[in-house]
Amino acid sequence: MTDINYGAIARDAGLHRVGARAPLGRYLAEIWQRRAFAASLARYRIQASLHESRLGLGWIVLRPILMAAVYGLIFGIILPRDTRPEDVAFVPFLVVGVFIFEFFSKSFSAGARSITGNMGLVRSLSFPRMLLPVSQIIQQVFELVPMLIVMGVIVLCFGIPLTWSWLLVIPAMMLMTMFNLGVALIAARLTVHIRDVTQVIPIITRLIFYASGIFYSLELVLADQPPWMLTVAQLNPVHDFIALVRSFVLGGPELPPLVTIMALTASVVTLVLGIVFFWKAEERYGRD
Amino acid sequence: MDVTESDLGAPVVVVDGLEVDYKSFASGKRANDRRSLLTRQRGVRVVNALKGVSFVAREGESIGVIGHNGSGKSTLMRAIAGLTPASRGRVFAASRPALLGVNAALIPDLTGEKNVMLGGLALGHTKAEIEERYEDIVAFAGLEEFMDLPMKTYSSGMQARLRFSIAVSRKHQILLVDEALAVGDKAFRNKSEARIRELRGQAGTVFLVSHSMKSILDTCSRVIWIDHGNLKMDGDPREVVSAYQAEQ
Repeated sequence: MTDINYGAIARDAGLHRVGARAPLGRYLAEIWQRRAFAASLARYRIQASLHESRLGLGWIVLRPILMAAVYGLIFGIILPRDTRPEDVAFVPFLVVGVFIFEFFSKSFSAGARSITGNMGLVRSLSFPRMLLPVSQIIQQVFELVPMLIVMGVIVLCFGIPLTWSWLLVIPAMMLMTMFNLGVALIAARLTVHIRDVTQVIPIITRLIFYASGIFYSLELVLADQPPWMLTVAQLNPVHDFIALVRSFVLGGPELPPLVTIMALTASVVTLVLGIVFFWKAEERYGRD
Repeated sequence: MDVTESDLGAPVVVVDGLEVDYKSFASGKRANDRRSLLTRQRGVRVVNALKGVSFVAREGESIGVIGHNGSGKSTLMRAIAGLTPASRGRVFAASRPALLGVNAALIPDLTGEKNVMLGGLALGHTKAEIEERYEDIVAFAGLEEFMDLPMKTYSSGMQARLRFSIAVSRKHQILLVDEALAVGDKAFRNKSEARIRELRGQAGTVFLVSHSMKSILDTCSRVIWIDHGNLKMDGDPREVVSAYQAEQ
């Protein structure tokens, strides 16, 4: 029985190796075919979260508002006035920062849990695993829409005029979604290999939070420092997305070209890296 | 292997020298053991769940898989489904096999209705196809009045019924059933065994893991006995089952 050539039998019958990772092009095509799965999963999750707490969806906007209130209260008093732009009211400046940062931090943490938190699905059905982090990002985009509307209302209430440049927020958010998806894909795979990553994510998020100038202006704080420090700070894509939205919504001084270039490059590069990095381990996600 | 090739269908699944190792952190150490975090790799223990299993499954066969607990039956099913990667050896199949196991609900927080939709979409159905088959799926599971409840409120039998109904809603060329029917009640078991025979009739290949020798003898045309990760016997259901029962 041992001398049977099983490989030859399989070849003659035209069978394929089970679980073999599809080439990247076919893999992405398969994901496109099953996009309805990712979208429905995202929608159902939001609907389920409606019932979990009394305020349901309200928390999506309440959380960042309360966060902004806390930061405003604490840092508005502690930090000197010259750390934030003179011609822009502090509250709109802070609200835009907190709301846009929330989009990043939620995508990052939810993306990291997208495989390990859905083991029931991963173990019972075979589908391209990339659909799970993709569905998490779709969910974040759904939740971003009410957040952006509330952000706009708050900003208008503080006397910022509505201008055509507000429309530019949409392409900026599309770029940021690409960036967030890339980050989520990388975090999802790392979490599968090393569970300890979940412990480090809040710390990294905190670091990026302080480095992105949410409640102070990096440009003003670093004005007296050597110029390379500001350049390094502007290499942080999260800061750049926030700076772009602030300049579109609140106006203010013209942004250095580095911010726009960095936002464009980071979104494309991170997304491509994330897709390739996640796809490479496709065969390994079902492992216990 | 004295059967002639001509009276058998074409090979559908070929398992070639399949070995699966699980790496696990052994915890069988003394409680006062003072290992530092950095040396924890020493505690790694490799468990050989499968130690070189080979066979060919053909079109229209329904194959029972038997063996004691921990013999490697479920590992074999998961490896054929491509959910557990092989350490050595290979598994070939004509199409992606679908595995029905005893694992938890698909998404426990969502209602049965939404789980049917998501399960179908993940299997590659379109929304319209699922809506068309929805009634049949629910009726087969016999859960009409519970579809609006979250799946976490279902009993394990109800969960297994719904998962089975979702999986058989699509025609699978290769279906792996891993004790998924054991938790169902008698009426459902009869219904699903009939469905398995029907699938087999449509030139599908079914693997059935079970501890119930009665359902194995009722549904299978061939039985594989896995013992401590090795293929101990492979052949006619009556012969293999009686040899297995004689050993116990």
